[in-house]
Amino acid sequence: MATQVLMPALSPTMEEGTLAKWLVKEGDTVKSGQILAEIETDKATMEFEAVDEGIIGKLLIAEGTSGVKVNTPIAVLVEEGESVGDVAAEAPKAKEEAPATPHMDVPAATVPGAPMAGKRDTSPDWPEGTEMKTMTVREALREAMAEEMRGNDRVFLMGEEVGEYQGAYKISQGLLDEFGPKRVVDTPITEHGFAGIAVGAAFGGLNPIVEFMTFNFAMQAIDQIINSAAKTLYMSGGQMGCPIVFRGPNGAAARVGAQHSQDYAAWYAQIPGLKVVMPYSAADAKGLLKQAIRDPNPVIFLENEIMYGRSFEVPVLDDFTIPFGKARIWREGKDVTIVSFGIGMTYALEAAEKLAEEGIEAEVIDLRTLRPIDYETVLESVKKTNRCVTVEEGFPVGSIGNHISATIMQQAFDYLDAPVINLAGKDVPMPYAANLEKLALVTTAEVIEAVKSVCYR
Amino acid sequence: MAIRKPAEISNVSKDELLGYYRDMLLIRRFEEKAGQLYGMGLIGGFCHLYIGQEAVVVGLEAAAKEGDKRVTSYRDHGHMLACGMTANGVMAELTGRTGGYSKGKGGSMHMFSKEKHFYGGHGIVGAQVPIGAGLSFADKYLGNDNVTFAYFGDGAANQGQVYETYNMAQLWNLPVVFVIENNQYAMGTSVKRSTKSPSLWERGAAYGIKGEKVDGMDVLAVKAAGEKAVAACRAGEGPYILEMDTYRYRGHSMSDPAKYRSRDEVEKMRSEKDAIEHVRDLLLTGGHATDEDLKAIDKDIKAVVNESAEFAKESPEPDLSELWTDIYA
Repeated sequence: MATQVLMPALSPTMEEGTLAKWLVKEGDTVKSGQILAEIETDKATMEFEAVDEGIIGKLLIAEGTSGVKVNTPIAVLVEEGESVGDVAAEAPKAKEEAPATPHMDVPAATVPGAPMAGKRDTSPDWPEGTEMKTMTVREALREAMAEEMRGNDRVFLMGEEVGEYQGAYKISQGLLDEFGPKRVVDTPITEHGFAGIAVGAAFGGLNPIVEFMTFNFAMQAIDQIINSAAKTLYMSGGQMGCPIVFRGPNGAAARVGAQHSQDYAAWYAQIPGLKVVMPYSAADAKGLLKQAIRDPNPVIFLENEIMYGRSFEVPVLDDFTIPFGKARIWREGKDVTIVSFGIGMTYALEAAEKLAEEGIEAEVIDLRTLRPIDYETVLESVKKTNRCVTVEEGFPVGSIGNHISATIMQQAFDYLDAPVINLAGKDVPMPYAANLEKLALVTTAEVIEAVKSVCYR
Repeated sequence: MAIRKPAEISNVSKDELLGYYRDMLLIRRFEEKAGQLYGMGLIGGFCHLYIGQEAVVVGLEAAAKEGDKRVTSYRDHGHMLACGMTANGVMAELTGRTGGYSKGKGGSMHMFSKEKHFYGGHGIVGAQVPIGAGLSFADKYLGNDNVTFAYFGDGAANQGQVYETYNMAQLWNLPVVFVIENNQYAMGTSVKRSTKSPSLWERGAAYGIKGEKVDGMDVLAVKAAGEKAVAACRAGEGPYILEMDTYRYRGHSMSDPAKYRSRDEVEKMRSEKDAIEHVRDLLLTGGHATDEDLKAIDKDIKAVVNESAEFAKESPEPDLSELWTDIYA
């Protein structure tokens, strides 16, 4: 049977081209793989190969012809015994296979990271009357890992100095003794490589916890975190999940300079496929880390070196977790909403105390997780207070606060009595000098000033 | 490119040779059809064909057992067909249809099959190498004797994460075979223009990893080397490197005019070193098959490939609601 040879598309964007030169003539026998013609695209001259065997029955387009549309028949291939006459009888016609461009008629509300009208989870994090004990964030994180490792032997910890050194910040202290070197794996200093190995181990059925000595070093590994861990479930049509936790200190410590002092919250919160957690208190650090280790998705768990030594009340429970996407209201108030997370909560709560002395009652919300975000709790609060200030330590451009402001504008515009103010770190690399570093970070005084500004006081 | 040594075929059965012939021919015909569908605009974006390199995956699959894993780059169609994924499912993914392995959401570069232990399909050059080591880390952790084949090209062989992985794979004795498919060109840059190292596999020596260079156009040589590497891994001797000397006949991707090498160079490879012609010769000269037998196989393969193309055209595009699925487990 005669087959048409069609003008090929030779690049992702080619719509037409020039048939520069025929390398075969009518009557030639051709093999699959043989070069038939040279075709000029918008970018280059390409050789065009035969796919089928046969005899060139007819060349339909003369060489030198430009503007030949993709899928136009350019030649006819016949089998032995067929004549060109048979070919002429079969009128070649161009096939229109225009790819359908689907309409984007899916409502934006189904975007996983987008504002959604949902029910707020207002249940208490633990039952009333639960016994509490004082614990540092460091101890809480360690307990979370130890408990999850006891409960699931596929959970293991890997990273630099997590084992014999007992953790650069002592988060993993004692874990090597309890779980042994198979499950507490010291790595060479090779973030890109071990992050990739951990992702592969997660694909292979394990539940890795990867400790980055700081999240600054995770930039070496960010391709594996985003391109491999976050996107593979989607790219595989739901087959290949990546249950992994990347954790470690994030943000500014003290006097460690620009390369060791960056808050990555907004970076990771932008990526569909990741979950992003940034706890403030010890109880949240414990409950959220246990939840992260159990989550079947890649979770970025952002800790803070300064917070490691701070103590909080933690419930004494055999097993407690905190769900993602549930903000915590630390302080109720009617005059202004302060939204923060992580170490930013320190300034938010301090400011609220001082503002109360001046008669301004601030409602302070700790987002706790940045993907998913509990928009509902923020919106409900703003509808009550009509004013909002956001507080975070990261850079100001494209910050979490910017995103919260946009959401409030879209969902609660009519409730606002003042523009939302976003407090963030200054738009500079972190300086080393003590006075400049202090200036670069967000402060309690700035929070107080911003709250007064939105309250017109 | 080494001159092919006379194959030791005394211990190769007729069925084995016919199997290699069939498997390699399937890949070649499939890729030719994919190129054709690309030309018709039915396949979009990037499409990297495996034509010329068929002996590498077919030979190594012959050395693998059930449970072994494989992971590769974006030039992945051959690997998928060789490990038993269906032509229909792969072709329908190329056309972005719901019958594809990733429901049309991955495309040429991103396909996976848990059932066949195929872990992708990765588009960032070199990223699949630590992932492959990680898969073998999981198997070692779980205490089974599975081996992972981590395939990458001569281009990826210059990526830093490959060497980070070598270091840890040997340190932790991981059962992973690093397969360098040296097809001589990283896109348009020949190996000679990208490194002064005389060979790629020998770089493993810096980490204490054993390895060897293999004639990647000879499926029997590939299988023999694969068996040796796999045996070392299963015996707990750690990773192994196989540098496959091979050649891709087509451009880097469909939109590559391939001006960096001469037509004569490609023609010489095709006529003197072709892996499929090699097995065909062995079958005919060894009296294992007649011309007619092989024509019958060609016909079968053509039918499989044509059916996959039809399936890939008929399978519907994913439902619009699929935009929002599979983001979180």
